[in-house]
Amino acid sequence: MLQLDMDIIVVGGGGAGLRAAIAAAEVSPSIKIALVSKVYPMRSHTVAAEGGAAAVTSDDDSLQSHFYDTVAGSDWLADQNVVEFFVQHAYQELVQLERWGCPWSRKSDGTVQVRRFGGMKTERTWFAADKTGFHILHTLFQTSLKYPAIKRFDEYFVLDLLVVEQQVAGVLAIRYSTGELVQLRAKSVILATGGAGRVFHYNTNSGIVTGDGMALALRHGVALRDMEFVQYHPTGLPGSGILITEACRGEGGILLNKDGYRYLQDYGLGPETPLGEPRNKYMELGPRDRLSQAFWQQQKLGLTGDYQGHAVVYLDLRHLGEKHLNERLPLICELAKDYVNVDPAKTPIPIRPAVHYTMGGIMTNVDCETSINGLFAIGECASVGLHGANRLGSNSLTELLVFGKVAGEKAAGTALQKNGISHHAFATQIAEQEAALAALHGHNSDDSLVAVRTGMTLAMEQGCGIYRDEEGMQRCLEQLHELNTRYTQLKVVDHGKVYNSALLQHLELGFGLDVAMTICSSALARTESRGAHQRTDDGMGTRNDGEFLQHTVAVRQVDGSVGIHWQPVSVTSLPPGQRLYGDANTSNTAEDKS
Amino acid sequence: MTSRNIGIMRYNPEQDKKPHTESYQVEADDNTSVLDALQQVQQQDPSLSFRWSCRMAICGSCGVMVNSVPKLGCQTFLRDYPDSLVISPLSNFAVEKDLIVDMEPFLEHLSAIKPWLINSEQSTVPHVQTPQQLARYQQFANCINCGLCYSACPQFGLNPEFRGPAALALAHRYNLDSRDLGKAERMPQLNAKDGVWTCTFVGFCSEVCPKKVDPAAAINQGKVESAKDMILSVFKSSGVR
Ligand SMILES: Cc1cc2nc3c(=O)[nH]c(=O)nc-3n(C[C@H](O)[C@H](O)[C@H](O)COP(=O)(O)OP(=O)(O)OC[C@H]3O[C@@H](n4cnc5c(N)ncnc54)[C@H](O)[C@@H]3O)c2cc1C
Ligand code: SF4
Ligand code: FES
Repeated sequence: MLQLDMDIIVVGGGGAGLRAAIAAAEVSPSIKIALVSKVYPMRSHTVAAEGGAAAVTSDDDSLQSHFYDTVAGSDWLADQNVVEFFVQHAYQELVQLERWGCPWSRKSDGTVQVRRFGGMKTERTWFAADKTGFHILHTLFQTSLKYPAIKRFDEYFVLDLLVVEQQVAGVLAIRYSTGELVQLRAKSVILATGGAGRVFHYNTNSGIVTGDGMALALRHGVALRDMEFVQYHPTGLPGSGILITEACRGEGGILLNKDGYRYLQDYGLGPETPLGEPRNKYMELGPRDRLSQAFWQQQKLGLTGDYQGHAVVYLDLRHLGEKHLNERLPLICELAKDYVNVDPAKTPIPIRPAVHYTMGGIMTNVDCETSINGLFAIGECASVGLHGANRLGSNSLTELLVFGKVAGEKAAGTALQKNGISHHAFATQIAEQEAALAALHGHNSDDSLVAVRTGMTLAMEQGCGIYRDEEGMQRCLEQLHELNTRYTQLKVVDHGKVYNSALLQHLELGFGLDVAMTICSSALARTESRGAHQRTDDGMGTRNDGEFLQHTVAVRQVDGSVGIHWQPVSVTSLPPGQRLYGDANTSNTAEDKS
Repeated sequence: MTSRNIGIMRYNPEQDKKPHTESYQVEADDNTSVLDALQQVQQQDPSLSFRWSCRMAICGSCGVMVNSVPKLGCQTFLRDYPDSLVISPLSNFAVEKDLIVDMEPFLEHLSAIKPWLINSEQSTVPHVQTPQQLARYQQFANCINCGLCYSACPQFGLNPEFRGPAALALAHRYNLDSRDLGKAERMPQLNAKDGVWTCTFVGFCSEVCPKKVDPAAAINQGKVESAKDMILSVFKSSGVR
């Protein structure tokens, strides 16, 4: 088996992983950094982000205001010490990217342009046309090439962490191109493996977003926090789930039901704003969870339309005109034409909610440290405490940068101080993994990977969707247990070594099932409604701060089930208030005090 | 949904001496992409390997030849190929397995041209860059590294050392950026034997590019820069200024 000694291993080549690797390389050029990713870094899911990245930028904006929007958006479940740190460091990180060459969109005087984004009171979202994630990822990837300290392991799939007595010692990976097992040893490991949207049936996520890192950590006793909070994006394309960015609504796009009525005004987001005059926090610029929930209500009333068997509402951009659309939303025009055969300048785009973002993840403190010594987590796979019950659009790209830097620097510090662990300590763990892998090959009689995976995604969609209740979630949990039993009997039918994608999909499904189980168990435990977690059971329809101003902390028990503990939320300056949008917001005094 | 036939080039290095085409049945409607079709086939035969991720034409993973033309699988639709449809791996790269090719040469060319902003000034404020200055290079910054242009390029086919369309376009992107001071460092790569002058301006690279990067235009402009640069260096070395 190939064995390599490094100082730091970064698992994940998305925005978070690349930012961390660069930060570590800047600490010391002699540090050995392994950047391990199951796809080439520029294929990572960050590439798909369209809308933008938030930071307080203009003179009429303030850190307090960004802080308030984030905390209120989180339905008061964000850790306020973390939000404070975040808003303070956001701007400098976006400037750093600018200094590395990111082609941010500009105003005519050459300064950076900012745009509106749902849930944000002020224009503070930086963007690069409608390919913000693409440009951030490529800027980071290209910048990373200038640091010889960063050694890339492209298309290496991490299947286990090496841990000795609560001390991380490295990772075990499969080299996709040859099927070889590789042992990478290091003193710090940073998990930056992205979210888990693919455990749901309708989602906006890339195929690789399968929750691997969360499950890797969970299996070694690290807690996953706030897993019940899964964000639906109100505007995905029917069928594929491909995202139509919120920026469409920022530019003035409106949402119509099948009768052409702007239904959002019926759900506390009004009054109706005039066409072409979008207003922050009103109507279409309300927060995502409210918009997705309004879709569900409309569907129940029979007011949604139909697109090839999928219930839909319509995103109308026609009034923006062809020229403006091509200039400001070129990608959206392309996507609509390609995937639903619609020209947005002429016809409204059919859309429906789809799972978009996992707010929860690997529990860390504000320094990105997990409960295992030397193990860090960042980006969408982590729960640093920023998003609480609902993430605001454009906070997460900035999160990758702010906390990527923190983790890179901390991990470098740790690696420089620590001594390596003798590798005899994990010889048994590796032998076990090798044996388990060898035993995977075989033939399936009447079950298949696809059947189990589809079972999981449908169970999650039905049981843990936009609205949830006890009965539905109990059923979902039972289904997941059954699916898990079926999973343990599944074999990998491709016995080849070179680019065996059946093997990787098998391992990803195992990770996904673990994550799905924690989402469902955490959701069952939270018997209130908050942010993205909405319950229809009697007496659970509203937020209950008396009991639930707390994070769920999910840990794996000896028998494989998930146990839930609670952790209080950090409140520094903004006591819980009401989350109000539309006109209801103008009388909100909590905001004035913040 | 109607049922139809497609051909896929298969190659398993552990079993096959050379690639061969196999035929498969898939269900297709107006929105079925080549990638969707490949996924259907993979459900029938899990040993089929191909790359994909975003399924929305932005990650650059899924390049394949569709009836011998380089295409993104996720952005190519069966509706446009009513007759026959054969999917094979990208040309001009070594085939590793089925539709997966060796992308390492591409990555090496990309890294070789120093694709990062070269400017040592330290500052905590953004550069000023007008929309006009941005527009000069923006198109060349839209490359998704899919490699289709390398499959289309006859010169890269003949000489794998040729830096190739995407790498040269990326060099040009940074050279045109008002914030960059690294042109002098990149010019030797462009002037070199495997730089811009290898291109014979066939232009097929720009035709197949799914993101309208127009690498051929970048290379052509690069030739002008390269010519200027070489004339200057002749003057410099002969002491004329
Ligand atoms: C369509 C879309 C649009 C979005 N738009 C916005 C937006 O406008 N603004 C905003 O703020 N946020 C947006 N988001 C959210 C944001 O893009 C993501 O949260 C963020 O990009 C995640 O980045 P990451 O670095 O954590 O993970 P990713 O970019 O997902 O990268 C994960 C990395 O981990 C690697 N990896 C995973 N598992 C393994 C394994 N087992 N072994 C080895 N490597 C592994 C992968 O190869 C990959 O390199 C959007 C999300 C979606 C889905
Ligand atoms: S220039 Fe175009 S074809 Fe070539 S790699 Fe870039 S996006 Fe692909
Ligand atoms: S799957 Fe990403 S470009 Fe096709």
